[in-house]
Amino acid sequence: MSFTVQYVAYLREAAGRSVETRDARAATAAELYDEVAAAHGFRWSRAAMSVAVNGRVQPWTVRLQPGDEILFLPPASGG
Amino acid sequence: MTLFALSPDPLDGPALHRRLHSLTDGAVVVFEGVVRNHHNHQAVTALAYEGVEALAAETFAAIEQEAIAQFGLSQVIAIHRVGQVPAGEPAVWVGVASPHRDAAFAGCRYVIDELKQRLPIWKKELYEDGHARWVNEA
Repeated sequence: MSFTVQYVAYLREAAGRSVETRDARAATAAELYDEVAAAHGFRWSRAAMSVAVNGRVQPWTVRLQPGDEILFLPPASGG
Repeated sequence: MTLFALSPDPLDGPALHRRLHSLTDGAVVVFEGVVRNHHNHQAVTALAYEGVEALAAETFAAIEQEAIAQFGLSQVIAIHRVGQVPAGEPAVWVGVASPHRDAAFAGCRYVIDELKQRLPIWKKELYEDGHARWVNEA
């Protein structure tokens, strides 16, 4: 399946891009993170992160559909 | 009147403050979060913030509704900077108004605490010696 994957903060810096279209075998958001983490060498665990699919925060177990837009959200550090 | 937003531009505290004043509210409480020039014994020149606008708008709206419902606030303003904010400038500005001070103090505290926890925004510390570090990495 093909997905649009967006990166912010240190994920963006590590991936070297803020968005990419990616063909992946992942069925869930968690599997997709693991795939892109391996591809880009992310050293961060998703345990402390959350994920948004098509603009809505979802559990990591959410099943992905072709064309979904996925945004990985590191722990917030505003203020 | 409510105003919740991410702002790429410097925050005009006095102008925001004036918007909170009304004849029916006896209490106005403002919190400004200002960029410090030091962290862990290192000289900090600025913080660089990035946020996700659409998700932030939802988070702002939820916190605003909670604050109004729980504390009976008449007005709430909360603005968080994005982009580079030099030491000494405010990065976040929260102001609330209500008829009485107890609700205003508690409501202002609630809004800033929730924003820090929930707003999809990330900061990087920029140090005087040229290196930089993301805060609160996963």
